[in-house]
Amino acid sequence: MAATVIHAYYDDDDVLMHAVKKVKAEKHHIEEVYCPFPVHGLDKAMGLAPTRIAITSFMYGCLGLIVSIVMMKYIMIDDWPMDIGGKPSFSYIENMPAFVPIMFELTVFFAAHLMVITFYLRSRLWPFKKAENPDVRTTDAHFIMEIEVHNNESELKDLLLDTGAVELNIIKNSH
Amino acid sequence: MYTFSNRLKIASFILMAVGVLGIGIGFVSAPATVEEAKAMVAAHDDGHGDSHGEEASHAMASDHGGASDHNSDHDEHLLHQLQNRPWAALYVAAFFFFMIALGVLAFYGIQRASQAGWSPLLFRVMEGITAYLVPGGIIVFVILVLSVLHFNHMFTWMDADVVAHDKLLQNKAGYLNPTFFLIRAAIFLGGWIGYREISRRLSIAQDNADDNSNFKKNFRFSAAFLVFYLISESIMSWDWIMSVDPHWFSTLFGWYVFASMIVSGITVIAMVTIYLKSKGYLPDVNDSHIHDLAKFMFGFSIFWTYLWFGQFMLIWYANIPEEVTYFVTRIEDYNLPFFGMVAMNFVFPLLLLMNSDYKRVNWFVIMTGIVLLAGHYLDIFNMIMPATVGDQWYIGVPEIGAILFFSGAFIFWVFRALTHAPLQPSRNPFIEESRHFHY
Repeated sequence: MAATVIHAYYDDDDVLMHAVKKVKAEKHHIEEVYCPFPVHGLDKAMGLAPTRIAITSFMYGCLGLIVSIVMMKYIMIDDWPMDIGGKPSFSYIENMPAFVPIMFELTVFFAAHLMVITFYLRSRLWPFKKAENPDVRTTDAHFIMEIEVHNNESELKDLLLDTGAVELNIIKNSH
Repeated sequence: MYTFSNRLKIASFILMAVGVLGIGIGFVSAPATVEEAKAMVAAHDDGHGDSHGEEASHAMASDHGGASDHNSDHDEHLLHQLQNRPWAALYVAAFFFFMIALGVLAFYGIQRASQAGWSPLLFRVMEGITAYLVPGGIIVFVILVLSVLHFNHMFTWMDADVVAHDKLLQNKAGYLNPTFFLIRAAIFLGGWIGYREISRRLSIAQDNADDNSNFKKNFRFSAAFLVFYLISESIMSWDWIMSVDPHWFSTLFGWYVFASMIVSGITVIAMVTIYLKSKGYLPDVNDSHIHDLAKFMFGFSIFWTYLWFGQFMLIWYANIPEEVTYFVTRIEDYNLPFFGMVAMNFVFPLLLLMNSDYKRVNWFVIMTGIVLLAGHYLDIFNMIMPATVGDQWYIGVPEIGAILFFSGAFIFWVFRALTHAPLQPSRNPFIEESRHFHY
């Protein structure tokens, strides 16, 4: 079954914020909000769950640290322990200060890159991806709030006009 | 207005009294003669009796004086180490608490010069803590004067006999001589205390003014102070700390001491703020202010570790004998405090303050703060002790007594200063922003 959605256009982020709060208070489900820039506090107003990307980053960092330790322990201590300029290669701990720069960099490398890739995967971003914005104006000056219609079109329209929407569009077969 | 609670006042007096007792015991039990020193070491010989001292004596005159009988030199050396112990314990604690106040002053200067919008609400707390600069600075200065007057052997370069047999120290005498040393110390203390008093006066005047001229003047003084502080702090660290090891030098030492200083200072700001807020004296301070302070604690802890490791690894890697003795003594004789402080100052705050939510939990910040302060005490301990008492170190009655005394004095002076002015500035141009600060 094709869903019908209503697109409410706003031209000011303060008005949008108030509209979101009001629509939430009326117990309507907001499908999506399209903004040309981040609106501070919008996620809270919409009731979105906080991101867990920082936690993934921490775990990736731990992975990077382990990779660097295992790598250098194997190469420098276990596989071919050589005397290079008098550095003690009898055990990992003895030569550890020399490994710290690499341990640090690999931790940061893994934490940063894997987190970015996680972000791309979770937000479905890749080259040649078809842009999803419903109206080109949302990249410049307009905000769109998308709400699904369940046989309550006129009631929703009244509510949205009341919140200061500058334009309303009904989109049939949106998905 | 804040009123100094009686319980806290009594607690600070008790700390000072117990501390004085501990310091006194330290001085009374220090040996007066070589025989007493040998008897003391023999009495609680726990495995490092006979072999000790040989390596630790790197910086001492005997290495360069040559000729005379090694055994009697060795005993003399031991005596000096044991006699230094109560002095070094006193000096480490005196410097540590003074350093907290100075770190807070630097942080305060930065907040003023950068016109930070979140922190004006905490200015009075910071001003209260920096009030300790006056008594703390005077005590440190008196200890330095007593060292110059040969009441102790903490600074070997102050001993004319030692210098007479030491080419290296003779070459450094143009800089490391008692008169110039005390003049420098007086100028630095004068500059820091002077800025503190001027800024405090302007800050209070701003509350009752009808324009922002005091605020602007304070901005200019703060910017000038930061320039002065950068130079003076660096030189202070060479004078007051690095010169206990007069044969050793490190270029980033000033920064390293600064990092220790500012992280302890910010920790104390956070702890005092949380305490005052819990008593209902800072109604406008919210979680976000604590969060910001905790972020600074976290960030500067990592900065400290970066400098610690930067200094350690460069010397370890190149392993040049004249530089590396510094770390050889510390790793051999101070293994647990030396590496323990890295865990306390780095691993602990790294894991506990990384989470954004934890930075808003007051008891988490307090707990991390206590570990951080203990860690940075150990940091100063590790800087001073190896050169003054060598392997005869122990954290016992003199050390703990000195910590108790200075913490009591610190609490008393800081909270007394907090009663002198309203705890929240009223006419700071950024105060509204600070009140509504939200992260």
